[in-house]
Amino acid sequence: MSEASVPAVHHGPPTSFIRKHVFSVDHKVIGKQYYALALVAVVTGMVLSWIMRIHLVWPTAPIPGLGWLSKAGAPGGVVTPEYYLSLMTMHGTLMVFFVLTNAPFAAFGNYFLPIQIGAEDMAFPRFNMMSFWITFIAFCILIAAFFVPDGPPLAGWTAYAPLSAIGKDAGPGEGLGQTLWALSIFVFCIASLLGALNFIATTLDLRTKGMTLARMPIVSWAWFITSCIALLAFAVLLPACLLLVLDRVAGTSFFIPSGLNVSDHLQPHQGGSPLLWQHLFWFFGHPEVYIAILPAIGIVSHILINSMRKPMLSHKTIIYCMMGIGFLSYMVWGHHMFLSGMNPFSALVFSFPTLIITIPATIMTLIWLGSLYGSNLRINAASLFCLGFISMFVSGGVSGFFLAQPSIDIYLHATYFVVGHFHMVMGVAAIFGIFAGTYFWFPKMTGRMMNETLGRWHFWLTFIGTYCIFMPFHYLGLAGNVRRYSAFTDDYLVPLLPVHRFITYAALFTGAAQLIFIFNLLYSHAKGAIAPANPWEATSLEWSTPSSPPPFDNFGGKHPVVYHDPYQYGVKSSTGDYLMQTSPERAGETP
Amino acid sequence: MATTLPPPGIAPPVDAEQDLRPHDGNGGGFRGPVPESGELRSVSEPSGEPTRTGIWVGLAAIAMAFAALTSALYVREGAATDWQPIALPPILWFNTLALIASSVALERARHRVAAFMRGQENSRSGATLWLNATMLLGLVFVVGQYLAWLKLRSQGLYLPTNPNSSFFYVFTGVHVVHVLGGLGGLTRVMVKFRSSTRPLRRSTMDATSYYWHFMGMLWLYLLFILWLKL
Repeated sequence: MSEASVPAVHHGPPTSFIRKHVFSVDHKVIGKQYYALALVAVVTGMVLSWIMRIHLVWPTAPIPGLGWLSKAGAPGGVVTPEYYLSLMTMHGTLMVFFVLTNAPFAAFGNYFLPIQIGAEDMAFPRFNMMSFWITFIAFCILIAAFFVPDGPPLAGWTAYAPLSAIGKDAGPGEGLGQTLWALSIFVFCIASLLGALNFIATTLDLRTKGMTLARMPIVSWAWFITSCIALLAFAVLLPACLLLVLDRVAGTSFFIPSGLNVSDHLQPHQGGSPLLWQHLFWFFGHPEVYIAILPAIGIVSHILINSMRKPMLSHKTIIYCMMGIGFLSYMVWGHHMFLSGMNPFSALVFSFPTLIITIPATIMTLIWLGSLYGSNLRINAASLFCLGFISMFVSGGVSGFFLAQPSIDIYLHATYFVVGHFHMVMGVAAIFGIFAGTYFWFPKMTGRMMNETLGRWHFWLTFIGTYCIFMPFHYLGLAGNVRRYSAFTDDYLVPLLPVHRFITYAALFTGAAQLIFIFNLLYSHAKGAIAPANPWEATSLEWSTPSSPPPFDNFGGKHPVVYHDPYQYGVKSSTGDYLMQTSPERAGETP
Repeated sequence: MATTLPPPGIAPPVDAEQDLRPHDGNGGGFRGPVPESGELRSVSEPSGEPTRTGIWVGLAAIAMAFAALTSALYVREGAATDWQPIALPPILWFNTLALIASSVALERARHRVAAFMRGQENSRSGATLWLNATMLLGLVFVVGQYLAWLKLRSQGLYLPTNPNSSFFYVFTGVHVVHVLGGLGGLTRVMVKFRSSTRPLRRSTMDATSYYWHFMGMLWLYLLFILWLKL
């Protein structure tokens, strides 16, 4: 609270390098810092997935450099089964927390939410700076787990107790590594709560004149709804991590049951409930899925409207659907626990809202498709990634219908089917949203255009590549291929190895295709064509700033005034077929 | 054809772009008349008051965290047969009175601060006295909670001893950490109240007192749960 009264819009421009680029209170710098952190995390996470994929099909092949990173986990560079689980844990944790939460929500949200609502900064700029640096500390704590003697944790990104709670006896990495994991997530929760608080206060209080809630762009709505979800979700994970840390270091028994014998050691705990951890974790974990995907939904809707040059069939319905999803996201956590041993009747209770939640998702998809139908879509890298997002969202979402039903989930839950499902609907779809946002907003963030040809190559290679990786996962799952195994060399899964080999090739190929994006990002940042003021002929306030990137106070000493709803496309006006939100003009008839 | 008439039903702004108000370091401002000495300047930013909104949002998150801990307590109680009721240290009742009294003192302080700001009072001393009383009672509460822990320890009840003692330490510990945050906020209010360079704003005073009263209510809730379940 101590920083809470520093007024949002009243900090002067920074003068020193440190205040300008490192400990900056400027939301734009902080947004870029989040983006950079997410980029580092996503590259790390992707390399980990490569190592896993290579190990799965060539289990005895040494991987250069890995032996140096972990002498015990990968002697001579050959991954041990335990180290495979460590890689999986770190991959999941990095991707879910530091990429899917950070990039579409914290990075783009920080950069564009204040501008889109006409504010000069976030409500609490110093809190904002703290949010990023606390996130950075959380990242460092997590990465430190790679370098501690017994290596990173192996309990998965869900850290199921009692495996995650009992310490060294549970296996390599379950000593200090797992403690670092719990600490890292604890710290990450604090940062996310500060961030969510800031987003909510900013949206409610710092909107400029004329910017009613109804006039906020869909993507600003998405960030707002996401921050409401994040506020309540991370507020539950935070105490859960506290209890986990206490079980690990203080000898309490919140999650560790009586009489547990692990590695021939009777654990000195009694009476705890492993299910309690799962309940607390998934009460956060399921909303977290929407924390990742809602901003992407917002970004994609925002860009698609611009590319279609006409409003959505009903953009308000999309906002209501996002609210509905946010509300329902708190009632479905048990569908992750059908196999956990909880009361089988409660499975039905969780299955029902899970199926209900597909309704708003379907409505949104139908609105996108219905709006696209017959539209004169401007094809570019950003809009292609939007289409790719819809494709992934549908392909990944359809398998959700199957998994929502306990009778089917019991068979599929521990298989690659689920891996395929969540990678498509949550992972790749959200990443496509990030890509779309990057191509769309890069001119605003840097003042330069990204290379369009490279962008299209990047899209097609990534689109095809990700389908090649994740579609076969569904087949593997249906064929009974269990997940989390480090090799399939000596059992009934041997016939499936060719599929795995194909997936590994596709993963290496798709990963390599991301080099195009990284190159495009760096090259365009330095030498891209200078961007015009409003290259996409867009209407929202971020394109009304006097320069790209916007000046320190976003609007150059002025408060913008808003006259229109955000999507005045397909109208007749002096600027062409669109009207800026700041234009006092009245739109003519639709041409 | 395009016209320059603003469409009907659209927000009223007349001048298309307004000059920014000077960076005077004030956001919210008192609603009442502003004294000549001008410790609190009224500001008519188009914005609301993020400090006040922010504190409610923050309190929602804190409430959610304690709801999670409460549900953990209920689940843990039903998970095994090792629930062993402990006697709550009697000093908790005294601490409770201290915390309630501190809230009362803070309300007095808030009124005196407002009166001073409006120019109805000439001296800061009345307000400062009540702010000091709030601080003191808050500190008494924190020390009292520490004494309660010592009492449990003297009975051989440590954090890992049994689930009841575990939850006692967790509930009271997490609450005290939040109370310490509130004391930090109060300190900040007191410093700003005396400062002429970064003066106290009403929204800061309000937000701090909302937080403090919430800590009091939260403690009453926690005490009820502890009394009921431990």
